[in-house]
Amino acid sequence: MIEIVKLIVILFIMIGAFLNLVAALGVIRLPDVYTRNHAASKASALGIMSILLGTFLYFYFINHHFNSRILLGIVFFFLTTPVAGHLIGRASYNSGVKLWDKSVQDDLKNSKNHTGIRE
Amino acid sequence: MFHSAILIAILCIALAMLGFIYRAIKGPTIPDRVIALDALGINLVALTALISIVLDTNAFLEVILLIGILAFIGTVAFSKFLEKGEVIENDRDR
Repeated sequence: MIEIVKLIVILFIMIGAFLNLVAALGVIRLPDVYTRNHAASKASALGIMSILLGTFLYFYFINHHFNSRILLGIVFFFLTTPVAGHLIGRASYNSGVKLWDKSVQDDLKNSKNHTGIRE
Repeated sequence: MFHSAILIAILCIALAMLGFIYRAIKGPTIPDRVIALDALGINLVALTALISIVLDTNAFLEVILLIGILAFIGTVAFSKFLEKGEVIENDRDR
């Protein structure tokens, strides 16, 4: 029983660490702010949720200690990481950061309702 | 085996933090640096969880929620500063 729980914990933690490494690789490699934001917000969110789930299972099954703060942390990261990514993406568009040269579509530039662009 | 797997995971997180530090130093624009620092906060949470597993104590698990909240508030404040030029606005006439 203990060994099976340890294998599951190792699986979750390895998936989380790998996803964080992939997020760092995307942030290094990708060409402009928006694609880097895409890589960092999604992969980091899933990676940290997986690592926290592994930690919660470890402390629940091996130490017999139900820690509700880790569950609150999982819910909090699930809610706030996309919001932070959206806010920083919108702030970078409104403060005039250019898209990549080879990107083909910019719908927000032609939108009549879009307010808040500082010339 | 379990211990060495956790150590390999800590090594992966450390390499990811080095990548984000590279982007935070070199990044051409300000939002690049803000994205990199936000992801650094998230990786710091992961490192705290793994270290509390290695040390086999549950004394550090409050730190997880605390670093998460601080990273989110910092990112929100920075993006509001970049977009509007000030963080807390006092004018009621605008």
